[in-house]
Amino acid sequence: MAKVHVNTTVNGDAVEFLCNPGETLLDILRNDLQLTGTKEGCGSGDCGACSITVDDRLVCSCLVLAVEAEGKKIGTIEGVADKDQLNVIQQKFLEHAALQCGICTPGLIVSVQALLKENPNPTEEQARYYLAGNLCRCTGYDKIIRAVMDAAETMRGAA
Amino acid sequence: MKNTNEATDASHYKYIGTRSIRPDGFEKVTGRANYGADLSLPGMIWGKMLRSPHAHAMIKSIDISKAEALAGVMAVVTYNDFPSVSSEIVATGEGTEDLLDLARNLMADGKVLYHGHAILGVAAISRQIAEQALALIDVEYEVLPAVLDVRDAMAKDAPVLHEKMYTEGLAETPNTASNVASVVELKKGDVDAGFAQADVIVEREFYTPTVHQGYIEPHACTVRYDEHGQSMVWCSTQGHFDVRATTAKLLHMSLSKLKVIASEIGGGFGGKTTVYLEPVALLMSKKSGRPVKMIMDRDEVFKASGPGSATRNWIKIGAKNDGTITAMQGKLHYEAGAFKGSPARLGGMTAFTPYDVENMFVECYDVVVNKPKVAAYRAPGAPQAEYAAEMIVSELAARLAIDPIDFRLQNAAKEGTKTIYGPKLKRVGLVECLEAAKNSPHYQQALKENQGRGVSSGFWFNIGGSSSVTLNMNRDGTGTIVEGSPDIGGSRASMQLMAAETLGIAAESFKTIVADTENIAHNDGTGGSRTTFATGMAVVEAAKDVIRQMKERAASVWNVNVDVIDWVDGVAINVGGSEKLSAAEICATADRTGGQISGQGNINARGAGPSFAVHICDVEVDKETGKVDVVRYTAIQDAGKAIHPSYVEGQYQGGAAQGIGWALNEEYVYNDKGILQNPGFLDYRIPLASDLPMIETVIVEVPNPAHPFGVRGVGESGIIPPLAATAYAVSDAINAPITDLPCSPPNVLAVIQANS
Repeated sequence: MAKVHVNTTVNGDAVEFLCNPGETLLDILRNDLQLTGTKEGCGSGDCGACSITVDDRLVCSCLVLAVEAEGKKIGTIEGVADKDQLNVIQQKFLEHAALQCGICTPGLIVSVQALLKENPNPTEEQARYYLAGNLCRCTGYDKIIRAVMDAAETMRGAA
Repeated sequence: MKNTNEATDASHYKYIGTRSIRPDGFEKVTGRANYGADLSLPGMIWGKMLRSPHAHAMIKSIDISKAEALAGVMAVVTYNDFPSVSSEIVATGEGTEDLLDLARNLMADGKVLYHGHAILGVAAISRQIAEQALALIDVEYEVLPAVLDVRDAMAKDAPVLHEKMYTEGLAETPNTASNVASVVELKKGDVDAGFAQADVIVEREFYTPTVHQGYIEPHACTVRYDEHGQSMVWCSTQGHFDVRATTAKLLHMSLSKLKVIASEIGGGFGGKTTVYLEPVALLMSKKSGRPVKMIMDRDEVFKASGPGSATRNWIKIGAKNDGTITAMQGKLHYEAGAFKGSPARLGGMTAFTPYDVENMFVECYDVVVNKPKVAAYRAPGAPQAEYAAEMIVSELAARLAIDPIDFRLQNAAKEGTKTIYGPKLKRVGLVECLEAAKNSPHYQQALKENQGRGVSSGFWFNIGGSSSVTLNMNRDGTGTIVEGSPDIGGSRASMQLMAAETLGIAAESFKTIVADTENIAHNDGTGGSRTTFATGMAVVEAAKDVIRQMKERAASVWNVNVDVIDWVDGVAINVGGSEKLSAAEICATADRTGGQISGQGNINARGAGPSFAVHICDVEVDKETGKVDVVRYTAIQDAGKAIHPSYVEGQYQGGAAQGIGWALNEEYVYNDKGILQNPGFLDYRIPLASDLPMIETVIVEVPNPAHPFGVRGVGESGIIPPLAATAYAVSDAINAPITDLPCSPPNVLAVIQANS
């Protein structure tokens, strides 16, 4: 089958790639663009480890076809920090020990960024429901929620 | 939000007990850390497994001709491609396995034993072509009846999985094959005499379902076979030295011809202590002459990696009216999955160990069924047996009208208590945990309507084992800690704190790396809560070795005897004079005083300290639907000494969350033909952020005398108490006994309706 030529933007960089019509954006990011920070935990949209943004909308990249990236703005974990300067959310995850194994962390940080963009002042319950699509098996979520609430407060203070 | 409690003991340490930023944190929050699926090599091809659609069947024939003819297919590998394998017990992760079982679990040998059992592997130039090739393979099966529960498996005339398996541990060796692999009895005192003294006796049988560790990262590896040089395996594992040992053994390679690199690991909980892909990938690499990558799909992880045993456990406990427990008895049945080796015996060893009771007797049955071969799951075997025992203990306390914590305190195991498995307990912290539970704000809080409370203790041994560490000092006085224990939950940070404390040099001065199998001597895997204890001990030994060398260098510079040199806060001091040399100064001039400085700590750690835990759970039950919400939860556990309190709390909270999932929702659902119905995270429902409250923690510190800083392992005990704490809370809320897990809405509703 003929490959499709796609022009898109990833973390601000103009990117073009060839893909099969059935390939997921997750596979292209990981295997063709070598952006392996986005993880695959289930391939069915249940775990959130592959969370990215497409035109600022939070999605599971395992459920997006690569051809759908045409003309869009893609945001991945690799674009969250400013060079080596961590974003507040990343910093708070470290301060609160909100990761153990770290496999869910990239997806969670992308999701938290989307949450705080939509709602800079979430309640604990709102944060828990917004992040219900991001599974973490190590932490019991306690320290993740603390990191999110602390990051929200810090970002509100800085705004 | 409530703050978690600080450690109960104000310590005199400078670095230990601080909440430093983990050294691997930057890579992990930026996506730069590389996990099992993240390595690609030039010329690499993709491997996939063909898996059985049946739970139990003979393989009549396999036709791979169409698959082999497909353009892009590079290798097809079946069981017959393995070099000859014979029965031999080998160490894997937290226990031992029979090499022959391991090989037959990797790939079916003429007979499939569970839904998802691997039949062959295909490697092709893309994942898509490998999947297309699988669809072109014709396998002819003769389907056999499946056994899916210990009752069916032990029934007279049950279909037998292994024609040559005869029950071990019976007085007389049986002459017919059976699904019961072994029976083990553990005993102390005389339970009949004990029950004769009891005023109240409670007995019930409990069921716990098959559950999965549920690590978010699927099994994955990238390998390269090299006939003449050194073959390489990159994989996500808790123990890369164990992967090397079993893979080399299966493929008849010497250890020096195989290098295993542990990637960052995306969760394991005991499930990544054996091999599922690596030997097959190497065989495909050998056949194709290309590097091979394999990644399990999520449904393969559920179907064909090792879950935790389903169990049917009968428990009987008797007590006097004054609250003295007189006898404890159990008959435990653990599903092993398709091959022998469930942790039934560990269940028997742990079930009653929180209690100082004279008379105990447990029978442990290891039973094979047509489900995947079980693997270790966090305190393997303990949660199921202790769940049953703790449910009865709570019920007895209620019958005797004694507070459940007071009842546990009255009968609590302590230093000198003789265990059912033989040795007496050394200094342990169960009483301290129970007292902390009793004094917790949580325990003082009144319950509301439709709410219930459960309390449970939990015991796990922890292990020591082989750890090797090299501490290389740099010329500027900083250092690299080279360890071989995969960091599954922040252990690099703990290693740095222990090195810093020993040497008196700031923790940030160190970099910790997890070396591959050829850059450090053998290390047992990360399991049994051993890493901070045993590898930590090795770090301390390596640091002491560095101090010894530094003192010698200072003595040679000052031309004095080394005995007059003190080491204080990272500085050598001449006690007899005023000279001082810092570590940085000694390292900068090391070439002039005898060469570079490097410390070694290669140990087999003894004296692992058991960690007791006590949890309190409050639930609210919707009596219309049977839905259970956890409204407050407190986890209390003896850490011995918390090296990094945040990661200790994290272990308590993570264990609690997994245990709550086990109690409330998680279960493998099979149809009557043994086909798994819920191999995905949508239907196998692990706890979500929206399912849980904050999990309060109390770190109790009763130091382990065998560790330089008093460390006990903390990784496992925390998954034990949630089962009974949560299920008893449900029972308390609905005023009816719970015996079967999970307490999912339909199950709870059925109990409510049956008791109304």
